[in-house]
Amino acid sequence: MNKTDALIIGAGPTGLFTAHQLKLIGLNCEIVDNLDKIGGQCIELYPDKPIYDIPAVPECTGEELTNNLINQIKPFDIKIHLSERVDEVKKEGDNWIVKTNNDKEFLTPNVIIAGGVGSFEPRKFPVKECEKFENKSLFYSIRDKKIFEGKTVSIFGGGDSALDWAVELSKNSKVNLVHRRDDFRGAQATVDKVNELAKEGKINLYTKYQMSSIEGDDQVKSIDIKNDNNETKNLKTDYVLGFFGLIMQLGPIANWGLNIDKKTIEVDTEKFETNQKGIYAVGDICNYPGKLKLILSGFHEGALAARACFKLARPDEKYRFEFTTSSKTIKERLGVKGD
Amino acid sequence: MAKITFITHDNKNHTVDVQNGLTVMEGAVQNDIPGIDADCGGGMACATCHVYVKDEWFDKLPVKEDGEEDMLDMAFEPKKNSRLSCQIIVSDDLDGLEVSIPSKQS
Repeated sequence: MNKTDALIIGAGPTGLFTAHQLKLIGLNCEIVDNLDKIGGQCIELYPDKPIYDIPAVPECTGEELTNNLINQIKPFDIKIHLSERVDEVKKEGDNWIVKTNNDKEFLTPNVIIAGGVGSFEPRKFPVKECEKFENKSLFYSIRDKKIFEGKTVSIFGGGDSALDWAVELSKNSKVNLVHRRDDFRGAQATVDKVNELAKEGKINLYTKYQMSSIEGDDQVKSIDIKNDNNETKNLKTDYVLGFFGLIMQLGPIANWGLNIDKKTIEVDTEKFETNQKGIYAVGDICNYPGKLKLILSGFHEGALAARACFKLARPDEKYRFEFTTSSKTIKERLGVKGD
Repeated sequence: MAKITFITHDNKNHTVDVQNGLTVMEGAVQNDIPGIDADCGGGMACATCHVYVKDEWFDKLPVKEDGEEDMLDMAFEPKKNSRLSCQIIVSDDLDGLEVSIPSKQS
């Protein structure tokens, strides 16, 4: 069991800066994120897109912003648990017990939800019957590529993941690549490679097609694909892979007894606390009158939530407001020399 | 101002007035039309404001910008007449626009 003063759910910009604020006022904290990397939406959705409304930063990309925030918390030793989705939050006395999908446990008086629009999950096939094959012969990510050797694999999607895997698996498997239009959005070099392999007959390319049905008992046997003119083809296949990117799902947070409206959590604007004492929500996931979904708002909300955490983490101490420019204690925490 | 009709998956029509300059997505969200999630808030980064535009309207809309088609690859059951409603800006010319909302967004 990990004991900490505050647990932050979400390693996006708001979560990272909230961690900075907690450490600055002398609290320890840990961060959990469902993604396998730090940065949240900034990294997953728009790493290369410039952002123009971070105060005092005229222009930076999602990736640059993330790297700067990581640098800013470097002086502190903050444990970040990646690829962990928080599944359960339970009250125990004055603390919360937080459990992840991999059975990691945390004991903390303060839980700060900085979860953006929820956790990122793979987008799935619209065909309902796909569910019964999921993680057996139908996958949205690949753990062990060896299982595909000598088999027929049907890959759906038009981005880099679909194309990269089509190229890679075509070495040892029979590959069908199915995409809803002629254009691929993956890197040009990979697109060229796919077209080349298609010409050589190493990849069977079906563009303007989408899956319409899937057949099989325990394992997938075949799929039907259909184009815009309602022409159907039946493909025999051992495995099906779907690469349609990620979508944000509120996920288990919905079951924690919080006041939720349109996928956002209601908070007060003094502590950014939810209807549950000791659970806060900051950044895009929180909602209050006048809420703006801007990164800068998340920073403000995190700073206030961090102060609120102090009371529950150090009930016998009094929080004293200090500036980083003048406080000796803060400078010690940052590991910088005083004047 | 334009009157826009959203046809939800249960075949109910919701006709609302949307101010010029707003996007069709914003018109839906402000009027609590069910089925438009708009997770990314109009950044063309999520494909959860996906709609099917009625055929006679599809060609009248300004064409898709780069990136919209890429995002539509990820939408739930995209079709020929699919658009992201956050990329359609409302003007008087769109008065009478009809769009259907897919059975779900993800």
